[in-house]
Amino acid sequence: MIIRQLSVFLENRAGRLTELTGILADNDINISAFSIADTTDFGILRVITGKPELAEKVLKERGFAVKITDVIGIVMRNKPGALHHALQILTDNGISIEYMYAFASGDDRATAVIRTDSPKKAIEVLQLHKMELLKTGDVYQI
Amino acid sequence: MIWNEYHECMDRQRLTELQGERLRDMVERIYFNVPFYRNKLQEMGIEPGDIRSVEDLKKLPFTTKQDLRDNYPFGLFAVPQHDVVRLHASSGTTGKSTVVGYTHNDILMWSEVVARSLTMAGVTRDDIIQVAYGYGLFTGGLGLHYGAEKIGASVIPISGGNTKKQLQLLEDFGSTAIACTPSYAAYLGEAIAEEKLDRSKIKLKAGIFGAEPWTEEMRTQIQQLLGLKAYDIYGLSEVIGPGVSMECGFQHGMHVFEDHFIPEIIDPETCEVLPYGTLGELVFTTVTKEAMPLLRYRTRDLTRLHVETCECGRTLVRMEKCVGRSDDMLIIRGVNVFPSQVESVLLEMSETKPHYLLVVDRENNLDTLEIQVEVEEQFFSDEVKELEGLRKRISGNLTSLLGLHASVRLVEPGTIERSMGKAQRVVDKRKLK
Ligand SMILES: [Zn+2]
Repeated sequence: MIIRQLSVFLENRAGRLTELTGILADNDINISAFSIADTTDFGILRVITGKPELAEKVLKERGFAVKITDVIGIVMRNKPGALHHALQILTDNGISIEYMYAFASGDDRATAVIRTDSPKKAIEVLQLHKMELLKTGDVYQI
Repeated sequence: MIWNEYHECMDRQRLTELQGERLRDMVERIYFNVPFYRNKLQEMGIEPGDIRSVEDLKKLPFTTKQDLRDNYPFGLFAVPQHDVVRLHASSGTTGKSTVVGYTHNDILMWSEVVARSLTMAGVTRDDIIQVAYGYGLFTGGLGLHYGAEKIGASVIPISGGNTKKQLQLLEDFGSTAIACTPSYAAYLGEAIAEEKLDRSKIKLKAGIFGAEPWTEEMRTQIQQLLGLKAYDIYGLSEVIGPGVSMECGFQHGMHVFEDHFIPEIIDPETCEVLPYGTLGELVFTTVTKEAMPLLRYRTRDLTRLHVETCECGRTLVRMEKCVGRSDDMLIIRGVNVFPSQVESVLLEMSETKPHYLLVVDRENNLDTLEIQVEVEEQFFSDEVKELEGLRKRISGNLTSLLGLHASVRLVEPGTIERSMGKAQRVVDKRKLK
């Protein structure tokens, strides 16, 4: 249930992101979902991929600061109130969210990627409420 | 162990007399053989006979780096060219390089002071020393080489760079001592950690590091990485090269070989001679050098001298690690800033390494200081607030030490150039405008 997300430090410098996507493409690594958190000086690229370990290795070899971060993915119906329902469960259980991003999967469903300080507890309470969670194996199919 | 107990532990009264004799001889040599000095002394109304003791040193004129440039290449030589057996030159960052010459006796004297230096670091004929300073026009490589040979140590003249080979020889030959720049020593140490070499095969016990400024924090880091005791050696090619002064095992500053190089500390503004213990610019007079003797050469290095006898028994004065060069000193909004200060802040913080670049600029007539610091892989957090927090902590520590606002920019690891020689840590864009 825990998804291994790739986090990469990026300087805000022209062409740097293209360089990174090029390295991933050359190594046949598909980007299933991503988000960029940016400040004026730097950005943090977060990537969900089927091959996080390989991606970490090839990017490290090319001098990027890379880290694998544990996140969870909540799969929801793509309709009003679905995200609110999921977040309410987390809030009610005292689980705070460091950051999140979401993507639509095309087939009337959406996935919210969530980074929390207690992913295991989050999984527990979400399962208790019968929420569908993204599994590692699913990442290949996104 | 003391290489030359007679000169290194000499009674200071006797030492002063010896310096006086040698100074008289030197002034005579330059007066008659170097037109530049003869003109200067004549302008000041000084004749060789007026100089009787070290006390008279303060009557004599200074020599600056500009004087060396103006007399490029051989204008300050005091012997005919057929007596010169070696030429070295220092790379000039601006314009011409400065050339220095050595007679056969100069080479012997240089070997002697380097032998004394290596002995301070515990190097003996039983050691294998890897000389990883550059060999060539730079004085580092050959200077250490001759001194180590004089001791009878086994010298590996590997020169600078070629890290793979350096590591291989450290393992295969079991080098017990290494001489190089401190930044290269840190680089080698990191390479050992990265290549996951068998540490039990590294036999290093002493490192002789110099030719660029470094900090106590960097010493600790190098000692940990290489598993040796790190010694500071000081020198500059204009005076002789490495071996002008050196730290003994007690590491209370570097003993200056005063029987050859007379040190003074002056106020860089007024040129007034300052007493022991006062911070000022270091000045050297080379009383025994034959090919290119220098009178009161202004090093631009800022330091203090201490005269109390050291625990090691040597009576030679000790100079503190230079707090900076007045050349390197940046004046930013009226505040004196040394790159070494930035380095010490980064080394003190556990989350950063001393890979940094100072960028000075001017916006709307106001100087700005930006310090680029590499993000260390193990401290890279994927949360913006963590990285922002780190950035602010670095900035806060720098601002409080420098007394000047320093903005910090985090950059990717490995993007700031690693220096193999003298560290280039400053980009001053103000000069370009
Ligand atoms: Zn001592």
